Amino acid sequence: MNSNVILAVLVSAIAFGTPLVLAGLGELLAERSGVLNLGVEGMMLMGAVCAFCVSQKLHWSSPLVLLLAVLASMVAGGAMALIHAFLTITIRVNQIVSGLAITIFAGIIGLSSYLGQVWNIGGVAGKHQFNDLNLFGLKNLPIVGPLIFNEDAFVYASWVLVVAVMFYLYRTRPGLYLRAVGENPAAADAMGINVIAYRYTHTLIGGMLAGLGGAYFTLALAPIWTDGLTAGDGWIAIALVIFAFWRPDLLVLGAYLFGIFSALGPTLQTRNITVLPSEFYSALPFLMTVVALAAASTSWANRRVGTPASLGIPYTREEG
Amino acid sequence: MIGPLKIERRLDSPKWLKVAVPIASVFLAAIIVGILLLATGHNPFSTYHQMYSASVTADGALSSTFVYATPMLFTGLCAAFAFRMRTWNIGGEGQLYMGAVGASATGLVLGSWPRPLLIIAMILGGAFAGMLWAEIPALLRAYLRTNEILTSLMLNYVAGFFMYYLIYDSDSYWRDLTTPGASVFPTGKSLVPNASWPGITIGSVTIPMGFVLGIGLAVALLGLIRSTRYGFEMRVMGDSPQAANYSGIRTKRKILSVMAISGGIAGIAGSSQIGDFGHVLDPRGLEQAQYGYTGIVVAALALYNPLAVVLVSLLIGGLTNAGFALEGPSFPTGLVGTMEGIILFTVLGGEILARYRIGLRHRAPTKVGPAPASVTATGAAS
Repeated sequence: MNSNVILAVLVSAIAFGTPLVLAGLGELLAERSGVLNLGVEGMMLMGAVCAFCVSQKLHWSSPLVLLLAVLASMVAGGAMALIHAFLTITIRVNQIVSGLAITIFAGIIGLSSYLGQVWNIGGVAGKHQFNDLNLFGLKNLPIVGPLIFNEDAFVYASWVLVVAVMFYLYRTRPGLYLRAVGENPAAADAMGINVIAYRYTHTLIGGMLAGLGGAYFTLALAPIWTDGLTAGDGWIAIALVIFAFWRPDLLVLGAYLFGIFSALGPTLQTRNITVLPSEFYSALPFLMTVVALAAASTSWANRRVGTPASLGIPYTREEG
Repeated sequence: MIGPLKIERRLDSPKWLKVAVPIASVFLAAIIVGILLLATGHNPFSTYHQMYSASVTADGALSSTFVYATPMLFTGLCAAFAFRMRTWNIGGEGQLYMGAVGASATGLVLGSWPRPLLIIAMILGGAFAGMLWAEIPALLRAYLRTNEILTSLMLNYVAGFFMYYLIYDSDSYWRDLTTPGASVFPTGKSLVPNASWPGITIGSVTIPMGFVLGIGLAVALLGLIRSTRYGFEMRVMGDSPQAANYSGIRTKRKILSVMAISGGIAGIAGSSQIGDFGHVLDPRGLEQAQYGYTGIVVAALALYNPLAVVLVSLLIGGLTNAGFALEGPSFPTGLVGTMEGIILFTVLGGEILARYRIGLRHRAPTKVGPAPASVTATGAAS
């Protein structure tokens, strides 16, 4: 494998990793508040289909259409998250089953497919898409040029977002409160923090970011709509949060590592380098997720993990 | 805490609610989907009438409803049993694939055996393959405490790609390499006629053997949960892992066995796909059907009761049958999943009615101190 191929893999690893960064950050925030959201895959698909619909149906200038498409994806993801939040936080339904219900409702044979058909947007190439920006005109620099200075606005936005989330979690008062709500909601409540409001807000933000992650597929990665096009990325994003130990910095690294696993197959295939069957490369991200989850649950890792203690547990004050 | 609503835990939930909640949620879901249909320019009444006709009254409609209900009965039991034991096996989909791989291999290898033995071997072959696949997340859960939700789910994708590899990308034992057409359109080897399972025909309706087998399994599972020491221990473990540990229940062994039973049942769904219907390993067909995930809907709507799974599988089977029969511009593909999702939401919400009494607050909430951590933690059981 020469250095050209390695660079090509890395470049498309960033593309494949970006939806994972976005959806993973959203899941991280929701889980930090104590809400497990297994509906990410469905929320991503809803974001993808709504964003694509807006980008196909509006006939204005490209930047405006793309901006509205991005907003649409966040509204769609947020709407799904609102259902999850109401079911799990307000009426305290089991979070696992509710999340699965969201994914079935919105997923490959659900609402996203329904809307794609009703709006008649399937199988045609997109009219608008986010292009690579050639930041500071530096895209021709060796290695860092294509990797860092030649990305689309989505990628740069995701980098800003990672820094923002880290700052929020570790350097601001609401971030501190958020961690308190996830670790010990009763104590947080006693401090006067509104546990319910924190959980609602962060579940909603989580859904919006998942929708945004979905929009990356139809607005940047490969602007076309097909049923179930996220192909399991939502699930990988949830797993990423676990083996990133609920830390945004590790999450980004994990997302690009999984980007590499996803990029390997297509990149080698277009260059006619076939060492292993294509199905192996397709299965690789999922296999590696199992391996990574197992590694993250060994006793060595367990001493370092920051699982929010109240994750998955509904909060009630048990008042009369 | 939640505006003017007051939610209290019921001390005993009335029995009638357990029947009323699922029925009401199906009706409520039908109304919500009706609104969605109206909003997207379809006539809900004619759509529902078409669906009813396509799944019940039309020629051969009931038989084909049974075709879809059979795998859902198995995957529904797979999810109902595991979820009841608070083991989150989301891997029914992949376990079904592996069951189909195992059963078709058994059917191909033992093609010369007498029919009854061959059929039994296929059932066991599928069950064994599904069981083995389910033991991967089970072992990780038992010995490393790895979250089984995500690992079992990831393995669905892996099993799917494995199936594709066998038929489309290799010269495997499962692939038809002799028929001239098969080199252009890869297909699996067809099983001998002896390997197809007999159906029971009542009037004009054919009930697949797999469905009858599924009913037997449902009864057996109910007995296992309700009246054996094993079932009792499992329930204790589900409700309180700590209590189970203190009372000397071997939790590792239980997780391994629950996943084995659950995966084995999903594996038989794969056997039935080969024996009852396809007679050939067809990765694309199995993947498009999404029977494994639908099993979760079936289980939840049945409130995780194995006998109720039998009835619910017919309902959701009918729905899916209508979905495939009517697929076209006037009947969007995603309608079935959307409806299933809404049924799930309403049944989950309705379950709360059964467990909590919801009323209006009579007085302004008094300032109450937070519950001690131990009290809050009991909320985990809900």
